Amino acid sequence: MNGAAAVINAENPLYRSRKRTNILLLTVSGLAVLFGLFWLVWILGTLLYEGGYALARAALYYQMTPPPGADGGLANAIVGSLILCVVGTLIGTPVGVLAGTYLAEFGKRSWLAAATRFLNDVLLSAPSIVMGLFVYSVYVARVGHFSGWAGSLALALIVIPVVVRTTDDMLKLVPNSLREATAALGCPAWKMIVFVTYRAASTGILTGILLAVARISGETAPLLFTALNNQFWSLNMNAPMSNLPTVIFQFAMSPYQDWHRLAWGGAALITLTVLVLNIVARSLFRRTD
Amino acid sequence: MSAVIPISQSENSELVTTAPPGGPTRIRPSRWMDAVFEHVTRLFALLVFSLLAAILISLVVGSQHSLEKIGFSFLWTTDWDPVKEKFGALVPIYGTLVTSLIAMAIGVPVSFGIALFLTELSPAWLKRPLGTAIELLAAIPSIIYGMWGLFVFAPLFQTYLQPVVIDTLGTLPGVGLLFAGPPLGIGMLSAGLILSIMVIPFITAVMRDVFELVPPLLKESAYGLGATTWEVVWRVVLPFTKVGVIGGIMLGLGRALGETMAVTFVIGNAHRLALSLNAPGNSIASALANEFTEAVGDLYFSSLIELGLILFLITTIVLALSKLLLMQLARQEGTRT
Repeated sequence: MNGAAAVINAENPLYRSRKRTNILLLTVSGLAVLFGLFWLVWILGTLLYEGGYALARAALYYQMTPPPGADGGLANAIVGSLILCVVGTLIGTPVGVLAGTYLAEFGKRSWLAAATRFLNDVLLSAPSIVMGLFVYSVYVARVGHFSGWAGSLALALIVIPVVVRTTDDMLKLVPNSLREATAALGCPAWKMIVFVTYRAASTGILTGILLAVARISGETAPLLFTALNNQFWSLNMNAPMSNLPTVIFQFAMSPYQDWHRLAWGGAALITLTVLVLNIVARSLFRRTD
Repeated sequence: MSAVIPISQSENSELVTTAPPGGPTRIRPSRWMDAVFEHVTRLFALLVFSLLAAILISLVVGSQHSLEKIGFSFLWTTDWDPVKEKFGALVPIYGTLVTSLIAMAIGVPVSFGIALFLTELSPAWLKRPLGTAIELLAAIPSIIYGMWGLFVFAPLFQTYLQPVVIDTLGTLPGVGLLFAGPPLGIGMLSAGLILSIMVIPFITAVMRDVFELVPPLLKESAYGLGATTWEVVWRVVLPFTKVGVIGGIMLGLGRALGETMAVTFVIGNAHRLALSLNAPGNSIASALANEFTEAVGDLYFSSLIELGLILFLITTIVLALSKLLLMQLARQEGTRT
């Protein structure tokens, strides 16, 4: 008893130094959190401050990207980005959902499923610029020109791993008793998957799709070599297509003040979209918990 | 979904789709539809399975010209002269590695601190909003980081922080060479700093998840012996989750190596090998982003694709290692309980 009292005794130098280290390092840990939040607030604040004015101007939404020195908006880039993202998601989602279905419902622990999961996780974090390079060499170089299709294809390649991963995870969460009950009623496997397990996992799968859309709506690197850019209004998927990220890149790197302002407007617009998508996806997912 | 209690989660529960034979009114389930469905999904799984290999093959084919003409010396020569058609990848490779290492040097301790705070210190009501806020750092598109870095961060860094760094660290013998040179604002140091902010959410997420795998019994035993919170984290939590923590760091490294837009804006895009971190440099991804659409000539073009190939190989190896480590932790977890 005496020994224990001596150890916990506040006078004990060892105890005091241990306590001091503890307090010091826990404070550092708190500071690390502040460090992270600091950048988030700073970046979002800058975007609102610099882009707020541009966002409030109606011209941003109906005028085309201007030549330097002229007044203009981002209408063609906004529409181009929307088209690229929608088409990219439409190509990537079915592929991702079906591949994820195979992993969770048929492959399970087979070597093919295990290897596909592994490779898919590598793809999930692979540099997006490499996806652009890939689509360039298999599509753009063959066809001979940049195009909206190529851009959508590159974005679809980024959507696929995200959707595969979430579909696989979400289908695995569906209790087997549901599957057994369906089978006991004489339902064929495909009907069980389409009408029962998909439905049970629908919010989770939708969350994955939303997160994938959020991810591609800000992607720049894969579009540089595929959709390229277009200064004019164009809905032709077989021609270079204007899109917000590359316009921001081009305008921000230029020496012109009015282009910088438009770039900030575009940056604020993209970030707002991405954050809203993220928050919607999160709250959707939380409801299912 | 929440109304059903998961009872049997056994993986190998074969689904019986046929009724026992000999029954009076037997409805045949449409077997062929099942087969079609399974084959279609398998086809798409195979597509995902072969995607990585397809990317690799296309990059090797694309870089064939420079592989043949320049060979392995591509890896250690520094010339990058499109006019004389001399290409060497050392500068971008060096820039990629250096910026990623700076990002790790700052990002790893900060992520550890945040993960520690979220798992051990934070009050329960604060955990979710804080975790979400840190995750939102990952949601901000990289081009935004780049633009903010160029217009907001770099000028401030140049006027306030960089002169201090040069005057203190730059005067040290040896290490000083790394921090010598004029404060330009843009350069490898700023690129590394911005990368470090970008990798924090990824590393933090993995660390937080693996820290929560530690059995409460272990931590409670340590607390029961009189250990302080720090001692529990350093001597119990960290050794237990070592493999996973390294996996998380590798994941962050993989992300940092392949990051394109944020680096392109602030690294300075100079094809020059400089020891000082204050000097502008180049990274593989930003060389590609800047030069690919403007490249003329077969050799220039295939040299750029070879750069892409190198980047792809490095990141794939790092990410695969990361995944293997995390899988190992998950397996350990499975056998221990």
